Parts: sequence; C-alpha cells; structure tokens
Amino acid sequence: MEAIVKKRIKQVIKGDQDAFGEIVEIYKNSVFQLCFRMLGNRHEAEDAAQEAFIRAYVNIKSFNQDLKFSTWLFRIATNLCIDRMRKKKPDHYLDAEVAGTEGLSMYSQIPSNTELPEKELESMELQETVQKEILKLPEKYRSAIVLKYMEDLSLNEISEILDLPVGTVKTRIHRGREALKQQLRYV
Amino acid sequence: MCPDHIIELMHEYLDEEIDLEKEKVLRLHLQNCKDCETIFYELKKTIAFVKSVSNMQAPANFTANVLARLPKEKKKVLMTRWFKNHPILTAASLFVVLMGGSLMSTWNHEREFSVTKQRNLIVKNNTVIVPKGEVVKGDVVVRNGTLRIEGEIQGDATVINGEKYLASAGHVTGDIEVVNEVFDWIWYQMKKTAKDVVGVFDQTETK
Repeated sequence: MEAIVKKRIKQVIKGDQDAFGEIVEIYKNSVFQLCFRMLGNRHEAEDAAQEAFIRAYVNIKSFNQDLKFSTWLFRIATNLCIDRMRKKKPDHYLDAEVAGTEGLSMYSQIPSNTELPEKELESMELQETVQKEILKLPEKYRSAIVLKYMEDLSLNEISEILDLPVGTVKTRIHRGREALKQQLRYV
Repeated sequence: MCPDHIIELMHEYLDEEIDLEKEKVLRLHLQNCKDCETIFYELKKTIAFVKSVSNMQAPANFTANVLARLPKEKKKVLMTRWFKNHPILTAASLFVVLMGGSLMSTWNHEREFSVTKQRNLIVKNNTVIVPKGEVVKGDVVVRNGTLRIEGEIQGDATVINGEKYLASAGHVTGDIEVVNEVFDWIWYQMKKTAKDVVGVFDQTETK
C-alpha cells in the first residue's frame, strides 16, 4: 500500500491529478472521519477534509518521501481542524439569558457532569452518544483520542502528527479516557 | 478510594505498554478490589464504545469534489495523458505531420524545369508552347515554367510553380490548374494520389 502511494506521489509531483485522485480514494474515509470527530458536523467536516487534501496537493513537494504519507496527511488535517475549532465563534454565550425565561441562562441547559438520565440514553443511539461525548472533550484530548481509537494509530504516529512528545500524548489519552469513562459508564 | 498507582497501571495496560511484572501486580489487585475491577471494566468498555463507532464513509463524490477544487494541471501532463488515451489519433496526427514534411521537402527540391513528353509541344527557355492549330493529346504538366496554350489540349493542363497563358484561340478540354503555394501543392498531391488509387481500381476492373 505505502509502495503504491509512493509511486502515485511521484506522479503527483510531476503534476498528474489523476494520480492524486487515487491517493484521495485511499485516505478519504479516514480523513473525513478525523474531521467529523473533531468538528462534529458533516458539512463542515467535508469542507475541512477537502481542504486538507488540497493543501497536501499544493505542498506535495515539501513532503519528505522517506516518511509515511498518512502521518503527514493526518497532520495537515488535524492542524486544520484545530484551527477551525479555535476560529469558530461560539453560537451562544453560556451566561446570556435565554429568551422568554426569567433569570435562566444557558448554563442550566447543560447536562450535569455526573450521570445522564436513563431515558435520554435509551432514546439516543450509541453512535450519537459517543460522538456527543467526544465533542465535549477539550480539543487537546479530543485529537489524541480520535487518532488513537478511531484512526487506530500508534502512540509514535500520534506524537508525530501532533508534534508532541510521546509522554504528552499518553497523558492526553489517559485524561481523555477518564473523561469519556465518566460520561459513558452508565451506557 | 483506589490507589493512583493502580489506575496508572491500568492505563499502561490499555496503552499496551505494561511489562509482565506490573501486569501481575495489576491482576492481583483487581482480584481483590471490586472498585478497581469496576473502573477497569468501565475503561475497557469506553474504549470499545469509541472504537465501535469508528467506521465512517466519506460523502459521495468526495474525490471528484476535491479534484474539482485543485489548481489547474500542467499542460505537459495533459498532453501526455491525451496521447496515451488516444493512440490512433496520435498516430494519425504524427502521420499527417510526417507526410506534410516529406511533401514540403519535395516541393522545395523540385526546382528544375520539367514538362510531360508530348510530340507536338514546343519548349523554349522554360516556356512550353502548345502551337496554334495543333492538338496535344493527354494531360500536360509543366513544373517551374510557363505554359502558353495557343492550340488545343485534349486533357488536363497543370502548371506547378509557374504561369499559364491561355490564348483566345487556345482550348483545354480538361481542367486547368495552377499550383503555386505549398498548401495548393499538398492538396494537389493528395488529389493526385486519390486519382491514382481510383485509376488502379478502374484498370483492374476493365481488365
């Protein structure tokens, strides 16, 4: 697989867009998933994933061909998602008063950090529950958890993608696991 | 409250980085501590949940949409691919180029005066005269010279790279053609080849 990708990259460097199309086919699902888990919205995820591929195409000459292409690609995609998450202005300010209520702020709408009501869990698909809980994770834990358990990458690869020491990656995964456990224990 | 170092061992286990010694310690503790067992079970369950939702498909037309957003391809690549995809057209255009080249070179080389041999033609200083009152049978072709027609030609008259004068009394039963430009020349060659080919078939048929 890596061999085919290497060959295609050489063709892409010569300017062959069809060869790039094959690379997109190979990685589109994992890049899309990464963006979706990070951003939590299909439309935004598709746009981000497309942009990640376009950036890879434009900067293909700066890719070191001795390294793994997927690591480089995931790094582009992850940074892009983190950028978008930071730029995204919150839709609602939590302490703003909710229209039509007296003194109720958005804080009262947030489920408490302890257990979720059983009914809510029953009505929600597991998929949605997990996605919802992942989106509640702070950005630094979220990227580590998604790369580890959804993209099934090794700690070393994640450390390269996030440009962090392996030890830091481990800590983030541990914290992420703990936080998710708190939310998902009653599912 | 469970000891922190046991929780730490659980994470090491889940990272698949625990060594045998520590794993023994962890297992022994889990057997004796219900709380830790629960925590460990919940952690493993959490991971299983997260993994279970991890098969996402990109939307339809994803690749096409990416390719549509890429900057334009280099012309060289486009041409190479076109040649690969259309081998017959490539061969045909190559043939046309080469043929054109060879015709051009014959056009450039044949600069000498020449005329088809007919008995009653008079040749004077690169001028061919069909005399008054004479009848020349067959096609007359003059290269790099002038053709004066005062009599009659029973056939076609062709002047290549030269001039033609048709006197009032002169008469040509077939076509009169003057070829002076390269493209005319190529066109003339093509017509001639076609005629020759048809002629061959006609002959075989009459036989």
